[in-house]
Amino acid sequence: MLYLPIFVPLIAAAAAFFTKSNRVRPWIAVAGAAAHSAIVYRLLAFPAGGADLSALGGWLRLDAPGRIVLGFLSVLFLLCSTYAPGYLAMRPERDNRVFCANILVLSATTTWMVLSYHLGLMWVAMEATTLASAPLIYFNRNQRSIEATWKYLLIGSVGIALALLGSLFLSYAAIKGGVETSLLFDDLTRVASKLSAPWLRAAFVLTLIGYGTKMGLAPMHTWKPDAYGEAPGLVGTLLAGGVTSCAFLAILRVQRVCRAGVEAGFVRDILIFMGLFSMAVAAIFMVRQRDFKRMLAYSSVEHMGILAIGVGVGGPALYGALLHMINNGLTKGVLFLSAGNIHRAYGSKSTDQVSGALKRTPLSAALFLIGFLAITGSPPFGPFVSELTIVAAAFRRGEFVAGGLFLVLLAVVFIGMGGTVLAVVQGEPREDRPPNGFRDHFTTAAPIVVFAALVLLLGLYIPRTLESSLREAAAALDVKR
Amino acid sequence: MAEWLDPLLILALALNFGALGVSRIRAVVNVVAAQGILLGVLPLFLHGGIGIRGFLLVATTVGLKGFGIPALLLHAMREVEIRHEVNPVIGFMSSLLLGAVGTGLAIVFARTLPLAPEHANTLIVPASLATVWTGFLMLTLRRKAIMQVLGYLLLENGVFIFGLLALEATPFLVEVGVLLDLFTGVFVMGIIIHHISREFSSTSMDRLSELKE
Repeated sequence: MLYLPIFVPLIAAAAAFFTKSNRVRPWIAVAGAAAHSAIVYRLLAFPAGGADLSALGGWLRLDAPGRIVLGFLSVLFLLCSTYAPGYLAMRPERDNRVFCANILVLSATTTWMVLSYHLGLMWVAMEATTLASAPLIYFNRNQRSIEATWKYLLIGSVGIALALLGSLFLSYAAIKGGVETSLLFDDLTRVASKLSAPWLRAAFVLTLIGYGTKMGLAPMHTWKPDAYGEAPGLVGTLLAGGVTSCAFLAILRVQRVCRAGVEAGFVRDILIFMGLFSMAVAAIFMVRQRDFKRMLAYSSVEHMGILAIGVGVGGPALYGALLHMINNGLTKGVLFLSAGNIHRAYGSKSTDQVSGALKRTPLSAALFLIGFLAITGSPPFGPFVSELTIVAAAFRRGEFVAGGLFLVLLAVVFIGMGGTVLAVVQGEPREDRPPNGFRDHFTTAAPIVVFAALVLLLGLYIPRTLESSLREAAAALDVKR
Repeated sequence: MAEWLDPLLILALALNFGALGVSRIRAVVNVVAAQGILLGVLPLFLHGGIGIRGFLLVATTVGLKGFGIPALLLHAMREVEIRHEVNPVIGFMSSLLLGAVGTGLAIVFARTLPLAPEHANTLIVPASLATVWTGFLMLTLRRKAIMQVLGYLLLENGVFIFGLLALEATPFLVEVGVLLDLFTGVFVMGIIIHHISREFSSTSMDRLSELKE
């Protein structure tokens, strides 16, 4: 049963690849994503007798945090794929064979990554995710997008090579500690106190750098503004919501082993520092940012920082971090897709050329504004709840400096991002940018409305099953010593 | 057989300098391929037998690192008619000097690491760190896209050397998965180099400077 959500999208990818019609292919992507969602729903709603599902001798396992990430990914891919037919219909001149097939391959590799419960297998899946997503960035086939693709691929591969070195350090920590263990995460956590502490510390630093590169934590975030800026909004959503969440899950799993093995302060301090540093870098580059898609990339850096802080603080903040991963991913869907529509309507993504979007594409512009309010933590949207959970936990656990800086940086980001967003939506459209025929349309607006509705829902009411799954996942990741 | 391990690792270190010091890209590809073959056969010289799966792994590593990946790179070079000089950011002498300093530091640093007794007197850890360092030098000090791929390969070779320490703990499936990822990665990079040369009529990274703050 665990093989199905990996192989079904792959089969759909093959079908899309061998379909000749440019118009039919996006619908195969929708069908593939719908089938994937149905399988994931079946896996999550009817668990086999309460135990975790596993396969391949425990190498594949759907544990409590995995259930959260997998459920979220299936919603993300489903909504993004429903945006694809409308979007690709506007680009009939472009061959979308590789694009449609790769979206499905990416869905398969991210699922594989979530299910990988073996340190080595997880690494292989993460690298496969990088390779599957690189061609998506190059959809526009111009100089800028190829530059972005190259940076994404090279920086991502180098980063992930360091994560491999970190994984080897972790397995050497067992050899040096004289323990026989498999590289399954539960086994590693069980024997963690016997692992060689210096190697375990080094392993944590290297895996954090490696998977942190994929997550886009500063200072390993340099590929992010380029890739998110040049990729279509749809791809930006899948990267900022999907791929980063996978890398985050990898860090969650490794930190659990390390927390069980070395002194608690080590992992906590590094994660909180990296998180605050990411927020600070993002805040600096968001102030006066004229390119509104690059601005979204820095917003992603900021929110990866928030996730790192949540994990660093631990305890109740873990619940907040998992919830924030969902909130951030869904809100990024609102922002990237509406930004993509505005970009299309003006043929530019710079505030030098774009203004008055509320007049030209009222729905997309309104959604962009809502997305901005949500992502900066304004009530009543989801991110407000999750950020509040994290910062309250930080204060309760005595992290006053981190909590204080967190709030200050949130304020700076709000002001910086607000300047750019308001410049885009307010005022009058410039006369040298006449309407080019793009208008809000049901197919390109409906998925964004659904994303926005989910973000609002999670701010007002968290369904009981989600709440209990989040608690279960946070408890599974927490290490009490 | 174990007494051959250190001399072979010294040879691998020498190949690092070769990669930094030669001026023609084709020669760098050959040096990295030679290092790949050398590293591929290293498991044969470790303590104890390696069994049938070990032999399969040796064959896969030698095949991919020594022949498959270099063939992809040479193919990419022919396709895009890359100019054949390395075109470094800093000169060859300075690169070699930096390589030597890094290798020296790797040897000193490795002594301070808490290694298991059976690994303490081998060159595995210093060779690994020095090769990772050489990879980083190549990634940052060379302008051509293809040289950056070669830097990435050297970096990966360094990680591979460290992997010798944990060879018994690493499942075969993972080793092969890592190699396949590497191969696919270089394949995709080759395609992108092809597109870079078409869009920019050069594969020098100086041209790729449109995206910045």
